[in-house]
Amino acid sequence: MDWQGQKLAELLMQILLLIAAVVSFVVGYATASFRTMMLIYAGGVVLTTLITVPNWPFFNRHPLKWLDPSEAEKHPKPEVVLSSKKKSSKK
Amino acid sequence: MHSFGYRANALLTFAVTILAFICAIASFSDNFSNQTPSAQIQILNINWFQKQPHGNDEVSLTLNITADLQSLFTWNTKQVFAFVAAEYKTSKNSLNQVSLWDAIIPEKEHAKFWIQISNKYRFIDQGHNLRGKDFNLTLHWHVMPKTGKMFADKIVMSGYRLPNAYR
Repeated sequence: MDWQGQKLAELLMQILLLIAAVVSFVVGYATASFRTMMLIYAGGVVLTTLITVPNWPFFNRHPLKWLDPSEAEKHPKPEVVLSSKKKSSKK
Repeated sequence: MHSFGYRANALLTFAVTILAFICAIASFSDNFSNQTPSAQIQILNINWFQKQPHGNDEVSLTLNITADLQSLFTWNTKQVFAFVAAEYKTSKNSLNQVSLWDAIIPEKEHAKFWIQISNKYRFIDQGHNLRGKDFNLTLHWHVMPKTGKMFADKIVMSGYRLPNAYR
């Protein structure tokens, strides 16, 4: 996922779960059935999981532009020289 | 939100938190129910009234219990626990409560009932104070919810009296 996709996934997750909660409570209260409320909410959670957790293509519509490998070869990384300490040995 | 595991964890945590809120609101909605329970208890017969070998009084009663507890049931009620207690005062204790009968009512349909039985649990005093004793029969109930707070209340019926002599 790209950055925009991650933001979208988080937003979708929060909104879908809240909607599932509200719908399940209203329907459960209206039908006076606790079981209905729980079932609708569980269904809502599963639906939200299916929409926001897997890496769908629509989350990757603004892909990051990584540096081209051929371009990277022209500018090699500077080598780091390790300075080694010389122990003075007494004899 | 960069990986599968991260998103799954975030979703699960948020879902469970919201579930807690839903249950709290469901429990709170119980406050809006209109509860009008009613009950009547009749003592049909004093089966026997004796002093036990250890010196404590014991009495056996046949009770006729009529009650309508249907209005206590809401959508968030799992069951109602009802019990009948005999309450009286002695010189040793300011309140004695002896449970005579109880029942678990799992559904609204069973909450309107009429039952005639002898006392399920023994009515034994701490001492020998029961001769000629005035006592109340109280129907207590506990409404046990599916989620949230349990409510308890009672109806006190007074005017019962035990005989003056053993029989």
